Amino acid sequence: MATADKRPYKVIGTRPVRHDGADKVTGRAKYGGDMRLTGMLYGAMVRSPHAHARIVSIDTSQAEALPGVRAVVTSADMPAQGDRVVELGEGAANMRHLTANILARDKVLYRGHAVAAVAADNVHIAEQAARLVRVEYEVLQPVMNVLDAMRDDAPILNDDVRTESLGAAPQSPDQSRPTNIAKHFLFEKGDVAKGFAEADLVIEHEFDTAMVHQGYIEPHNATALWNTDGRITIWMSTQGSFTARQQTAELLRVPVSSVKVVPMEIGGGFGGKISVYLPPVAALLSRKTGRPVKLQMSRADVFEATGPTPGSHMRLKLGVTRDGRITAGEAWIAFDAGAYPGSPVGMACMCVFACYDVPHGRVEGFDVCVNKPRTNAYRAPGSTHVAFAIETIVDEICEKLGLDPLEFRLKNASREGTRRVDGPVFPRIGMVETVQAIRDSQHYQSPLAGPCRGRGVASGFWFNVGMKSSVTATVNLDGTVSLIEGSTDIGGTRTSIAMQLAETLGIAAEDVNPTVVDTDSIGYTDVTGGSRVTFATGIAAVEAARDIQRQMVQRAALLWDVDPAAVKYDDGRLLGPAGKQFTFKELAAEIHQTGGPIIGSGTSSSATQGGAFGTHCVDVEVDPETGKVQILRYTIAQDAGTAIHPSYVEGQMQGGVVQGIGWALNEEYWYDDRGTMRNATYLDYRLPTCYDVPMIETMIVEVPDPQHPYGVRGVGEVPICPPPAAIANAIYHAVGVRMRRLPMSPPNLLSEILQRFQD
Amino acid sequence: MHDFDYERPVSLVEALSLMARHNGHARPLAGGTDLIDQMRLGRHQPGALIDVKRIAELNVLAADADGLHVGAAVPCCRIVEQPLVNQQYTALVDSCRIIGGIQIQSRASVGGNLCNSGPAADSTPSLIALQGVCVIAGPAGTRRVPVERFCTGPGQNVLQPGELLVEICFPPRPPHSGSHYRRLIPRNEMDIAVVGVGAAVELDESGRTIRAARIGLGAVAPTPLWAEEAGALLAGQPADDVQFARAAEAARKIVSPITDMRGTREYRIHVTGVLVQRVLRAAVARARGEAFTYLPGH
Ligand SMILES: Cc1cc2nc3c(=O)[nH]c(=O)nc-3n(C[C@H](O)[C@H](O)[C@H](O)COP(=O)(O)OP(=O)(O)OC[C@H]3O[C@@H](n4cnc5c(N)ncnc54)[C@H](O)[C@@H]3O)c2cc1C
Repeated sequence: MATADKRPYKVIGTRPVRHDGADKVTGRAKYGGDMRLTGMLYGAMVRSPHAHARIVSIDTSQAEALPGVRAVVTSADMPAQGDRVVELGEGAANMRHLTANILARDKVLYRGHAVAAVAADNVHIAEQAARLVRVEYEVLQPVMNVLDAMRDDAPILNDDVRTESLGAAPQSPDQSRPTNIAKHFLFEKGDVAKGFAEADLVIEHEFDTAMVHQGYIEPHNATALWNTDGRITIWMSTQGSFTARQQTAELLRVPVSSVKVVPMEIGGGFGGKISVYLPPVAALLSRKTGRPVKLQMSRADVFEATGPTPGSHMRLKLGVTRDGRITAGEAWIAFDAGAYPGSPVGMACMCVFACYDVPHGRVEGFDVCVNKPRTNAYRAPGSTHVAFAIETIVDEICEKLGLDPLEFRLKNASREGTRRVDGPVFPRIGMVETVQAIRDSQHYQSPLAGPCRGRGVASGFWFNVGMKSSVTATVNLDGTVSLIEGSTDIGGTRTSIAMQLAETLGIAAEDVNPTVVDTDSIGYTDVTGGSRVTFATGIAAVEAARDIQRQMVQRAALLWDVDPAAVKYDDGRLLGPAGKQFTFKELAAEIHQTGGPIIGSGTSSSATQGGAFGTHCVDVEVDPETGKVQILRYTIAQDAGTAIHPSYVEGQMQGGVVQGIGWALNEEYWYDDRGTMRNATYLDYRLPTCYDVPMIETMIVEVPDPQHPYGVRGVGEVPICPPPAAIANAIYHAVGVRMRRLPMSPPNLLSEILQRFQD
Repeated sequence: MHDFDYERPVSLVEALSLMARHNGHARPLAGGTDLIDQMRLGRHQPGALIDVKRIAELNVLAADADGLHVGAAVPCCRIVEQPLVNQQYTALVDSCRIIGGIQIQSRASVGGNLCNSGPAADSTPSLIALQGVCVIAGPAGTRRVPVERFCTGPGQNVLQPGELLVEICFPPRPPHSGSHYRRLIPRNEMDIAVVGVGAAVELDESGRTIRAARIGLGAVAPTPLWAEEAGALLAGQPADDVQFARAAEAARKIVSPITDMRGTREYRIHVTGVLVQRVLRAAVARARGEAFTYLPGH
């Protein structure tokens, strides 16, 4: 789009076959579930049937007596943690909470909370033994809703939690009493009262969203071997082998270097496979038995005991002038943290007004413990919640003022130099360009006819992160390059990293052979998350390629007997004086005669990303008698900076939209009054299927990010942000009902429609 | 999963004697699409499975003077391809086409759907609408039970220990008749009915007046229901929207749905009426031989 005509690249922007394609389509790729080691035992977890209870006693004797059972562990086998707070690669964690989440100590805080684990000769014996572990509970009142949990008389989950105030004066100066409110954020810019006084129209509403899960297909798994020399090896599905290593080491209180994590192929993560759940338990069972132990979750375990994204309650207020300029914004956001503190509400606070230039703003956020699983990252954590609120209010404002919603966005859009309410000033970003792309799209320009049909638009923002990556690359005698990386490949990043190495070296993508390796075999690499891999591991690959270039220049200089300064590396060729020339392949054949192996290495650590924006357009049809919504057409425009492999960029955009559609229409944790999730299956937790979504049309906008040598921006997360708002807006234009609660499922929508016709 | 025995009889006599031998600890296995999953989750722990897929009597799919016979083990994929069923018992085809996907339909039987006795079973309302009768064989001989009296509660039915469902038989369809089944699901595929409605109508020669109608309802009570009064009050009435709305009101009165993760009580009551009208309209269109296409989920 924006720069497509002046692309100077040979490899970047093409669509080579992915390097792991053959393994994946033939079923040969090895996932955690495929692990089988000699002498391996199978584990099973004992989980709490209650949402909130005190553990009175645990009796493992019957389980231990069952033939074929080799070991049982409980929290008594986990080392004590005390009051440590540890930096774990993606934020700091309170180790006491982390360890209690792995195996409950004195209390269980959600249904499915792990209490004990068994290792046995086969999985059937292990499951039977797990049922024989007798746990006596004193059942406590659960609190499931964020507003209920904030009340003074709410049941308290963690007696060590006091409100930590960030940017705000402590709300309750009384720090002696435990609370469920773990954090209170406050961000302010300008003078909100003045801003609202300048407004001609102020709209304010409350919003609720349900807890939802990432919905990856592959359940969590871990196989551990605690060797007699004290070294621990873990084979697992993870988004970040190094953070998994560190978490496991901290939880077991062993040196980080004694743990090796071998990342297997991964069947989806979306943020949910960063925290460890099974590895420390499998390791403890292995230590007790002296044999490798494999643990796998069931689907219900995944729903009940991993890290979904919070439900929320939000209040949002926006003021505008008659001609459609935003004067002030105010937001109050409370997130379910789940059992332990740590929801992404802080990020939600930073995202809520990020698409717009809001001169006067105030945002308050609360991180609140409830009796649900401890929440975790999910694709642009926190941003989808707040996009639902702000983007539906913007639509209502446009309708009331008779303004085109895209022109309104163009007028108020964040640009280079705009200061967010939470402080930072945007570098070059592409919000405006994505709005223009939708405005000029065939979709937006085409009429939409028919009863109960409506069109909606919405925009969204996500930061994207940089963090640390390492790459090494070896030149082979045949002129190919073996690329070694630590970023687990979830979205085709082996190929997008290989392509950047190939582009820099001036060789073909097919001549690079990328491999993802374990934590002993590559330098530290942060998680595959934050839309960072193509950006940051890409930078490391470009560095490694430049390192190879330098060494190749020296080898050519040696062969030609000239000063290295007289040799130029140009587009896969080495050019010397007097027309001397080697291709990369020719020189590669000579490396053993000129000094031996050439290994390039590169790292990335300080680069940060400029931020990602997207704007979406959707047409829906509503069945006014049943409240069921059909998605007729969907177009997404997103700034990818520079699209390395356009098919994978499009794939990320489409995947994000599909997850957003699920979140919008049907997905939710549905709890009964005892705090039991009643829909912990893919039958009743309704992810969209291929019958529920049309082909998602994609428009890649390219506003290069100057922080990356090729202008890459991460693309993985921001596409999930706008769909719920865009669909809510489309529903309004179809049937005149403003939805302020997710999911907009048939029963929820129908009840609003019926109410509207009653009034 | 626990250990269990597996038997594969080839005749009804042999099957009944195996059932008797295992003395209440055996369960018939048809397609296994309900049973295997329930065993995996520990909900049932039978000592033996009696595979009924090789028994000739349970694999009949044919019509004679008495009407249509559908053996209890016949999988959905055979039913949707049978020409007579496609012409005259279309509600049954509608049901069999939406039970699971192609893989499930290759295994899943209507007999299993009925014997599993889930309130939301997708074929049962059609069986009721088409006046199906269960033929049950057991140690004491054979008995016949109308489908609407077969289920007695969620997962419960009239089968006694040692008894097997042999077939479901349907009376011949009169001329000028048509039938249809549809369900409301939040997705468009692979889902469980929030409400399911099957209806069969018979019109007079003019095609304007209803002679008789039967309506079956699913997922709105502990068992699938026969909406007897809603059907009866259509008899002799014009086949129009006013009458369909009356039938819908009558159907709404007999349902007793619960609120759960699939929908609220109020929602299910409302949608019962909506679907009754839509299904009657479609059944009448079919009875008149009018073109009628239906995209499941929409
Ligand atoms: C992915 C998936 C999707 C599904 N989708 C749907 C759907 O859309 N709609 C729907 O209604 N169902 C659905 N089901 C449920 C299931 O497929 C159906 O209920 C199916 O019709 C069951 O038939 P079966 O032959 O597999 O029965 P089985 O599982 O073999 O048996 C079911 C029960 O009936 C008993 N039984 C079987 N045969 C006899 C007999 N002859 N006499 C006495 N008892 C007997 C068994 O002991 C068992 O208790 C789905 C299942 C799956 C796994």
